[in-house]
Parts: sequence; structure tokens; C-alpha cells
Amino acid sequence: MIAILSVFVLVALLLPLLTRWMGTRVFFVAAAVPAAAAAHLAVLGPTVLSGRAMVESHAWVPQIGLSISLRLDTLSWLLALVVTVVGALVLLYCVRYFRSGEEGLGRFAAVLLAFAGAMYGLVLADDVFLLFVLWEATSILSYLLIGHYTARRASRGAALQALIVTTLGGLAMLVGLVMLSVEAGSSRLSAIVEAAPTGGFTVVAVMLVLVGALSKSAIFPFHFWLPAAMAAPTPVSAYLHAAAMVKAGIYLIARFAPGFSDLPGWHEVLLILGLATMLLGGWTALRQHDLKLVLAYGTVSQLGFLVVVVGFGSRDTALAGIALLLAHAMYKATLFLVVGIVDHRAGTRDLRKLSGLGRRSPVLAVIAALALASMVGLPPTLGFAAKEAAFGSMIEAGGAGEWMGWLALAGTAVGSVLTAAYAARFFWGAFCRKPGVEEVRPAKEHADFLISPAVLAAGGIALGLLAPVVDGWISGYAASFPPGAHPAHLALWHGWEPALAISALSLLLGAGLFALRRRVSAVQDRFALRSTASSLYSRAMSGIDRVAASTTSLTQRGSLPFYLGVILLVFSLAVTAALAFTRSWPREVRLWDYPAQLAIAAVMIVAAIAATRAGKRFQAVVLVGVTGFGMAAMFALQGAPDLALTQVLVEIVTMVAFVLVLRRLPARLGKQHGSVHKGVRLAIGIVFGVLMAVVAVVALGARTASPISLEWPDLAYELGHGRNVVNVALVDLRGWDTMGELSVLIAAATGVASLIFISSRTDMLPRVARSEARRTARARLRRASDPSNSDRGSWLLAGRTLGDRNRSILLEVVVRLIFHSMIVVSIYLLLVGHNAPGGGFAGGLVVGMALVARYLAGGRVELGAAAPVDAGKLLGIGLVLAAGTALVPLFFGADVLTSTWFELDLGVLGHLEFVTSTVFDVGVYLVVIGLVLDVLRSLGAELDRQYEEEPRRKAVTS
Amino acid sequence: MSVSLVLLVIMAVLYACGIYLMLERSMTRVLLGFLLVGNATNLLIIIVAGAAGSAPIVTDGVDAEQMTDPLPEALILTAIVITFGVSAFLLALIYRSWRLARQDVVQDDADDVAMRSGVAIRGEAGAAESDTEFGTRARAAVSSARDLEADDEDAAEVGRQEDDRYEGEEPP
Repeated sequence: MIAILSVFVLVALLLPLLTRWMGTRVFFVAAAVPAAAAAHLAVLGPTVLSGRAMVESHAWVPQIGLSISLRLDTLSWLLALVVTVVGALVLLYCVRYFRSGEEGLGRFAAVLLAFAGAMYGLVLADDVFLLFVLWEATSILSYLLIGHYTARRASRGAALQALIVTTLGGLAMLVGLVMLSVEAGSSRLSAIVEAAPTGGFTVVAVMLVLVGALSKSAIFPFHFWLPAAMAAPTPVSAYLHAAAMVKAGIYLIARFAPGFSDLPGWHEVLLILGLATMLLGGWTALRQHDLKLVLAYGTVSQLGFLVVVVGFGSRDTALAGIALLLAHAMYKATLFLVVGIVDHRAGTRDLRKLSGLGRRSPVLAVIAALALASMVGLPPTLGFAAKEAAFGSMIEAGGAGEWMGWLALAGTAVGSVLTAAYAARFFWGAFCRKPGVEEVRPAKEHADFLISPAVLAAGGIALGLLAPVVDGWISGYAASFPPGAHPAHLALWHGWEPALAISALSLLLGAGLFALRRRVSAVQDRFALRSTASSLYSRAMSGIDRVAASTTSLTQRGSLPFYLGVILLVFSLAVTAALAFTRSWPREVRLWDYPAQLAIAAVMIVAAIAATRAGKRFQAVVLVGVTGFGMAAMFALQGAPDLALTQVLVEIVTMVAFVLVLRRLPARLGKQHGSVHKGVRLAIGIVFGVLMAVVAVVALGARTASPISLEWPDLAYELGHGRNVVNVALVDLRGWDTMGELSVLIAAATGVASLIFISSRTDMLPRVARSEARRTARARLRRASDPSNSDRGSWLLAGRTLGDRNRSILLEVVVRLIFHSMIVVSIYLLLVGHNAPGGGFAGGLVVGMALVARYLAGGRVELGAAAPVDAGKLLGIGLVLAAGTALVPLFFGADVLTSTWFELDLGVLGHLEFVTSTVFDVGVYLVVIGLVLDVLRSLGAELDRQYEEEPRRKAVTS
Repeated sequence: MSVSLVLLVIMAVLYACGIYLMLERSMTRVLLGFLLVGNATNLLIIIVAGAAGSAPIVTDGVDAEQMTDPLPEALILTAIVITFGVSAFLLALIYRSWRLARQDVVQDDADDVAMRSGVAIRGEAGAAESDTEFGTRARAAVSSARDLEADDEDAAEVGRQEDDRYEGEEPP
């Protein structure tokens, strides 16, 4: 059985491909699968009917007792037969219904076959979670099927409606199933029904399960999705809404009835809702003009009937109920297929416009008549036998003293009247001649189009004649109920019984209702319902949309300061809440480590507060820079020389970058304006500051264990072969952190370049060619050595290109003198960083500052001469070196980022040691240089160039 | 471990001033606030490192306990350089915003503002027209952007007028 299930899935996956070659003939392939499944079931029939249930089980999650288990007992066997046989016939019908080359054909075939497989698995499932999964799978697949005509809004809306209603029910059902499996101690359906627990918990669980079943089977108040789903193609309606999907709920009720029909509330709920549905559906069917809608409301009504009978809970009604289910599947599918054929023949389904079809297509009319006969319960159909059995069992239950029997009988009798009425309406509307309406044109009837409905209609008659055989099939299921005094049987003739009288009477009344149809429709118009369930649904959905919009507009105001303020507020609240539960405070509080810290603190505080009140941009930048330098001093006092060095260098470069941009912005900062009020901002800031202070105190108090960094000096010296613990940590112990940092820097550099350079990344720094530089240098040397030359030479390569106003001779001389020294210092810092304060960061920043100096002195020509390499290339080489240091050890069988060292004894020159993590440091060095170079040429050189272009433009327009 | 009060006070003040500035609309102030918050966070990490000790350089005679905790120092070093990268990026943003719109403020999100003013949720019919973001002329993402193309056209127009003016004259 599991194998067949997988065949369903596999073939369904292949069908879209096959459709491209085969067109509509692919449905033959699709129909073969359920046909094979039906044959397999037929073979297994004798075994199952003799009372032995077949179980197939695969362990799925053994830890929680979850397994894929399929169980074939009588009820499953019957329903699986229905699903597969009707499925095969509907798929055959599709061959003629669709045209080759129609849009979405492959998808339709695949989804329909997958749906058949899901239904097949659903009725066989023994594990409740497998049942739920397949239940939801049918919901989703029905969504795809109902919305097949994706371009039509009505299809999409109907599909969504069906999906939402059935999925909501499915979720409630899941909760109920979980509760039941916990209560019964097993997740197997058969075990749960056998255990049949009782109690308030179980009642709630079973009610939830019923919600799922009722929503799936379109019972009031969940009935409104079914008529809307008529937007689907007719084969879908014939399969899903007649034989398969809506039957899933009935199947679930039938499964649970043996164990749980005694629960308080079971009878009341099912009886009342089922009767309400039956009457409502029948009443509404009499008002419809679309043949398919007549059938849809008829289906709703019949489903109500089925729920009443199947949920009744006695042996006889169970027998009748399953027989009714079989009959309904067959005749409803036939009728839907007939409607599809009518649609194809006449081009319309409106019964006011159809006339004379009966004479043109007599075979079709006969098929429809047979199906309708089964629906209203005329002998010798299966529908008649089942209805007789249903009425008879209800009369017997009423006679035994249960008031429910009488109520059910009365309700279903009235419902049968309505059924007869709308059945007559259907037949008259589809086939009879109407005065004043144009007749249908004659057309050839295709035999293969008519096969499926013909087989199903004939089946209704055949099974009716073979009623005792059918009785034998169902008796296995009926036996799970306690037997009554006289167990009834399905038969075409029971004798002159009250049930027969009731049936006959309801038929007559129904015919009369149809005859008086004009009067009836007038009455119906007067009592038209103002709000139907479907309008409630649409109002609920639009209400949800409106609530969502207003909630969003409350919180999403679009203003970034507002969002930031909210984030900070929530953060503060959360941290305060967490702090309320802490108990760790530090042992002692000291005022300072060094008295100098007090002075530095005063300077920093004053600078920070002044920065918030600064009116000019440059002023604010300088004040923030003061705090930065204060930080460097703090680092030095705190015993972190590396940090102090790096902080100073970074602060200088940041200020330079700031100034480079600020010279193009107006001098004054605008008035302080923001969407958050000034006082609120101040309050948030102060709260945040105080909160972080408390957090720092608490965090420090929680540091009671000995830190792991006590091991680091040893690790650094023994394994990393360096004395500077921080540097060894950066390039070796925590090399991945630095790798991540390098990528951040590269991203930032690229971002800066792309924001400033409008057209391309390659810079347009004017380059001084090597030959020209050599010539200039030689010329200068000659000039310098010639004492008679009083020409004012230039100290820098770009000297002459600057205007006289922009030159500062002092700056040029100083830069000329210190540039090369700075490069040497940077290389020294790089190489010595492993054993003393320094490292790749500090070295790279020193080079950056040297480049800044040359740029400031000589403009962008000078920068181009100083750095003839593209910044992007520097960044790339740096990253490659760093990544190489990480990956190369892999080739030698060691871990990533392992470092080793080489020692060389150079005799007189000393002892040379080289640690491979220095290569990593070189990579860092190059990346930092590349970043600073990128910043300089973007925020410096490019801004100069753009600024120089603008006056030319402005001069033209002025 | 014991905590140093001076550092705590500085950190609290820096955080307060930084957050106050970050909640502004002017991007320059936001950047300044970001720098202050960055400094304050570095200070937070160094506070949690514990008491000040000697520099973490392995020398004979200095115990591991006497050195300052090197792990927070490594973290702060990374943080300092990344802060610089991010500030450079923010500066580029400020410049770009200035070039486009002649102002460096943080703009409101247009869709959110529209939702606030009660623009109804468009049905499917209305969505068809405004489906494409880029029409024949791609418009700037910033709502207050200057129209650079129009500027160019104006410039070209004036240039043509000048040429016309010089048409009849003799070149000097």
C-alpha cells in the first residue's frame, strides 16, 4: 500500500513532462494509476472482508513513536475503492474535457493525480499525524485545483476561501488529535478508537476533531466554500466535491463513531448542524440558475444528510450511512460530469437558456436520469436501498425511546422533499424544452466522453440490485457497533414499512414543490437572507486587513529616529527587567586606578557634552576627536599600549576623513530637528547611559571564575612564538575574528568608492609615468647642483601643478623629509609587532597617515604619484595573503591558521626568526593601507575633481 | 573583580551624549553620535576587563595575573578599526546625500507615510499601472533629489543661447 502511494507521487511528478508530448492523452497514463490501485484493492477484498485488517508500518521517528502506518479494514477498503475508481473514471473523462495545448494542463494532471494519491493515503492512514499531513495535503492540492484558471479572480478567491476554511479546521483537528493521542497513550487511530477514553478532556478533543471534519465536509457554518469552489473545472468538482475531499470529513466521523458517539455533545452537535445544513442547502438549491450551483448546494444538503446518519451511532444507521456514502459518491460524480458535458455541448450552464437538449442527447439524459433516481431514492437504485435503511433505523431508534430518532427522521424527511424538488429542477433545467428559448444545435456525441458518467450511473443501479452483496461489504464496519435487537440489512424490498411510506410521501411532495416552482421562488425572494455565511467571511477578511493596516501605521511611521528610539526603549526595559533578578555585584568599588584618569575624564566629559551642543560641523568633529584622544590616554593608563597606539592613529585618520568631506558641506549644522522630541531624546540617552553603567557593574561582578586569558601569555610564547600577546591573539589565536574584520574593511572601502565614484571604480588619479618621474628627478638634481640657478624648485613631484595660493612651502618641505621615514617606521611596526607593541594595524595606519600628508601637501596629483597602485589591488592582495595563511597549513596536514616558525642563524648579524603568522599581519597591513587609500582618493581626490567640474557648469549657466 | 568608578562615569556620559545625537535627523550628527557610542562601547569592554595591570607583553618576572586581560584588548582593537571603516562609509553617504538633495537628513520612508495617511490598500485593478518601479526615465530613490538631467538640459540650452548670441559677431 505504501508502494502504491509512492507510485502515485512518482507518476504525478512525471506528468508535466509527459504532457508536452502527449497532450490530453496523458490522462490515460494518469488514470492507469488509480485503476491499478483499485485492482489491487479488489484483489485484497476477500481477505479484508473476512475480518482481517492488513497493516503496513514503517518506523519514522521511533523516539516519539511516530510511524508511517497504513491499515486496511472494511471502512478503509470501501472508501479507498470509491476514491480510486471514481478517480480513474474522472481522469479518463478529462481526456475529452480539456483541449490539447491548454494552459496549465500538465500541472493540472499532476495535481489531480497527487490529490488522488493523498486521498488514498488518507483513508488508509492509521497514524493520526500521517492522517493530518495527508489531510492538509488535500487542502493544499485542492487550492491548486480550484484555482486552476489562475487568471480569473473568482477562481483565486474561491481557492483561497476553501484553503482558509479547511486549513483552519485542520489546525483545530490537529490539536484535538494530539490531545486524543496523549489521552489514549498511542498515536494510532485504531488504538485511540478502541481505547475510547471519556472525560472532559476527551470531549474537548473530540469536538475539535469534529470542527476539522465539519469544515472539510462543508457543514454549516463552514459550508460556504463549497458553492464558491464551483469556479473549478468540472472534473475537479466531480472528484473533490462529490467523491473525495468532502468525504474525508464523513470518513473521520465514521471512524470515530464506534468509540465516541456516546460522548456528551456528539449527537447534539452533529444532528443539529447536519439537519441545518441539509435544509439550508436544499432550500438554496431551489433558487439557483446555474446547473453546477444547483448541484453544489445539493451536495451541501446531502452532506448534511450523511453527517446525520453516519454520526447517529447505532449499527443500523452506520450501515445505512456507508451505503448512502457509496451511493452519493457515484451519483454526484455522474451529475457533475454530465454538467461538464452539457457545458461543452451547449456552451452554457444557465438553465434558463438551455432547451431541447434531452431530444438531442438522449443518452446523456438517460444517464442523468439514472443518477437522479439514485439521488431521490427511486427503486431499484442503491440510493433507494440506503435511504430505506436510514429511515428504518431512525424509526427504530425513535421507537426505542430516543427523541433524536424522531428529530432526525423529521428533518431528513423534509430534506428529502427538497432533494426531490431540486433534482426535478436539475433535470428540467438541463434537458427539457422551454418555451421561447432557442434550442440547442445538434452535435455528435463522443462515446469516450460519456463512458465515465455512464459507468458510474450504471454502478448505482447495479449495486442497488446487488444490495445484499453491498450489505456484506459494510457489515464488517457495522459490526464495530453494539448490535441492536434486530440487526437490519440492506435490501431493495423490506415489505410494507413506514419507511417506505415516508419515502413515497417525500417524493410526491417534492414533485409538487417543483410543479409550484414559481410560487416557491416568490416566497424565497421574500425571505431572502440578508447576511449569508459567505458575506460574513468576506467581511471578516476585510476586517482583518483593516486591523493590520491600522496596526502597521501605528508602529511603522517611516521615521528612522522613531524606530531607533523604540528599539532603545525596548532594550532598556528588557535589560532593566533582567537586572531586577541579578544578584551579582562586585566586591569593591574603587574611584580610580591613577589620579590622572580624573583629569582625562573631566576633559572627555566636557568635550562630549559640548559636542551635542555644537553649532558648527568642524567644531563638533574636533570635540569628538578630543574624546577619541582621551580614550587613547585611557588605554595607555589601563595597560594597553597597542590599543593606545591604534586609537591615536585611527583618530587622526578619522578626523582627516571628516575634514575632507566637511569642506564641501556648509559650515553650520542645521537647527536640531527630529521627529523625536528633544526632551525624550535626552531622557532616552540618560536612561541608556545609566543602564549600561549598571550592566557593566553587574557583568564585572559576575566575573568570579578565573579568566581563560590567563593561559594566553603561555600560549602566545610557546605556540605563537611571540611576546606581544594581543598581536599573537589577533593573527593566530583569534585569527578568524581578524579575517572577518578584513572582509568588513574591504566592504566598507568598496562602499565608499561606489558612493563617491559615479561611473566606475578604477580611479582616475593622474599618474606620473616612471620615465617622466625619472626625467623630472634628474632635472631637479641638475638644478640643485647648479649654484647659479635661482629658480624656485619644487619639493614635491606635483609641486608645479598646484596653484600658488594652494601651496605651502613649509608643508612641502616637512612632508618631503618625513615621508620615507614614516614608511620605514611603518615597516618596523609591522615586523616588530609580534614581540612589542605594534602590528599590522598600526603599521598600515602609519602608511595611511603618510599618504594623507602627501595628499594634503600636494593635492591629488601628488597622491597619484605617491600611490601608483590601485587601492582595490591592495585590498585584494591583502585578503589573499590572509586567506593563504589560513589555508596553506591544510596542505601540510595541519589545522587552518596553524603557524610555525623558521630560525636562521646569521652569525654576526644575529639570530633571525620568522613566524608564518607575520604573513597574515602583512595581509592586514595591506588591507589597512588599501582602506585609507580608498578613503583618500574617494573623499579627497574625487571630491576635488567633482568640485572642479561644477564651477565650469555653474559658469555656463550663470 | 572590582570596578573603577571614573571609567563608569565617562562611559555613561559618552553613551548618553552619543544616543542623544544618534536620535537626530541630521546625518552628520548621527555620525558623531555613532563615534561617541563606539568609544563608549570600547570603554565598556575595557571596564569589564578588570583592574589595570601591566602591558600584556611576555617578559621575565611578570606574571599572567599582573597583566591586563589581553582578550578584551584584542576585541577592542578589532572594534576600533571597524568603527573607522563604518565612519568612512557614513561620510560617503553624507556626501552623496548632499550631492543629490542638497541636505544631509534622514528621509522618511514614503510607503510607511502613505499607509499612515490612510491611503487605502489598493485592489488588484490599481496595482497593474504602478507595477513597474522603473519607467522610461529612472527616477532617483530619494524623493527630494535634484533632477540632474534637467540641470544638464538647462545648461545645454543656455550654451546654445550663448552660441546664438555669438553667431553674428566676429571672433576676437
